[in-house]
Amino acid sequence: MGSVTATVAPSRAPNVILWFRTFKAITGSGFRRYATYRQASVAGLVTNVVFGFLRCYVLLAAAGAAGTVAGYDRGQLATFVWVSQGLLAVVLLWGWTELADRIRSGEVAADLLRPVHPVTAYLAADLGRAGHAVLVRMLPPVLVGPLFFEVHVPSRWATGPLFAVSVLAAVVLCFGCRFLVNATAYWLHDVRGAMILWTVCSGVLAGLYFPLRFLPEWLQAVLWLGTPFPSLLQTPLDVLVERDPTGVQVALVGLQLAWTVVILAACRWVQRRAERHLVVQGG
Amino acid sequence: MAERPRPGGALAAYRALLGAQARSQAAYRASFVVDVLGNVGSTVFDVLTVLVIFGVTRELGGFTLRETMVIVGLATAAFATADLLVGNIERLPRYVRTGLFDAVLVRPLGTLPQLLLMDLPLRKVSRAVFGLAVLVVALGSAGIDWTPARVALVVVAPLAGVVFFGSVFVATATVSFWWVDSGELANAVTYGGRDFTAYPVTVYGGWFRALFAYGLGFAFVSYHPALALLGRADPLGLPAAVGWAAPAVALVAAALAAAAWRTGVRHYRSTGS
Repeated sequence: MGSVTATVAPSRAPNVILWFRTFKAITGSGFRRYATYRQASVAGLVTNVVFGFLRCYVLLAAAGAAGTVAGYDRGQLATFVWVSQGLLAVVLLWGWTELADRIRSGEVAADLLRPVHPVTAYLAADLGRAGHAVLVRMLPPVLVGPLFFEVHVPSRWATGPLFAVSVLAAVVLCFGCRFLVNATAYWLHDVRGAMILWTVCSGVLAGLYFPLRFLPEWLQAVLWLGTPFPSLLQTPLDVLVERDPTGVQVALVGLQLAWTVVILAACRWVQRRAERHLVVQGG
Repeated sequence: MAERPRPGGALAAYRALLGAQARSQAAYRASFVVDVLGNVGSTVFDVLTVLVIFGVTRELGGFTLRETMVIVGLATAAFATADLLVGNIERLPRYVRTGLFDAVLVRPLGTLPQLLLMDLPLRKVSRAVFGLAVLVVALGSAGIDWTPARVALVVVAPLAGVVFFGSVFVATATVSFWWVDSGELANAVTYGGRDFTAYPVTVYGGWFRALFAYGLGFAFVSYHPALALLGRADPLGLPAAVGWAAPAVALVAAALAAAAWRTGVRHYRSTGS
């Protein structure tokens, strides 16, 4: 086998410390890269806040005079909406076409020559981006919401750590889904179709438009177990607003972690297949 | 000195631009079909969201499902059609950043029509058709007491809505002449406006309602015309005649958008290369 690609294991024993240092460096560069897009951050932030108001008012109206709907009280709904607007930018549901663009232009060849697995390299950069988004895109809506609405503040000690794990899992899972959607560019000339299907499905099925608990229970089960979408937003949000007892919270995060492992494994498999198939036009 | 082309010549040029667009978009047939389906999908989910919310509540802001669907229908039909005709102006920031706008300026045709025809998104036709279908079904099931005035309103109100949303698209896009990375900022008003108009304004509260409903004028797109069609008094106390104000509001919006566009083009400086 004479093929030289990043996914073929190198002959020497991998150096874990070196690997970790590389991962950290790529993460740091991802953070710094997004820190330079200041105008775009402010513009996106304004949009998140406007949609925070819109969704919050609509869901509160759904709660009506009774004050509860689908197991959420008014404070829980407000927290759900405002944190979802911040989390949306952290997991970056929409707008990532970098890999597809690089495949299309052939620049992806440079990624394959690096001594880091492409999935690992892109994931590291994405974690840096997410770290920046937590500070710049998530904190402001989370702080604006309570100024205008009564919000639910978590009361159980376990909720904080569970939420942190859940958000991290959501970021990695969402990255994996985006990677798979982008990777269709290895086989398709025009990925806009795959992108638009992802955009349409991810928003509504992740719980951004309305909490998925509004749906019939059988449909909730199908979505949670059969698709990764609820694990992208709905699970971290349900954990944060303490919609369920601690046991259910833990189970939901466990399901989320399972989906993350499955999707990341799929990313590596797809990348391996794609490299056998890829022909970069030289020049 | 280049002469301005005769009107017939300009029309032929626009037709050529549109034809080239249609051919290029249909070239990748499978992609085009997925695009068409995907585009209608997002609008379907917007309407489904309303139905899901009514699955857990009987009324929203004092309005029943049937009444709310008239509001949704007016908003969706107007937004989807405006998005089809003018929505692509949201790509203006990219044209400004890449300098492609220079090429548009030197051609002997209007800048705005060129930009719109350069990438007329034919895939969005599906969305406009669906929006219209929602409106027709909603009107049919709302039990409206039809009078000649209401028949006139049901024709005029969606058209006014198209003009209004089109003006919002153009006006918000012009921000990118000053602020290149403003793409998402426009979304707050365009897509935000779409979401705002899809619910009775009684749902919203405080200064947020005042700003979006009356400051920006979104209440006149769907809420007030729907009240007039349904023969309901405004719970917020405005007179019934406000329902007929939609065309006037749309014309004012169009005039403001045109002024903003002209100022923006004059302000434009190429990013160079």
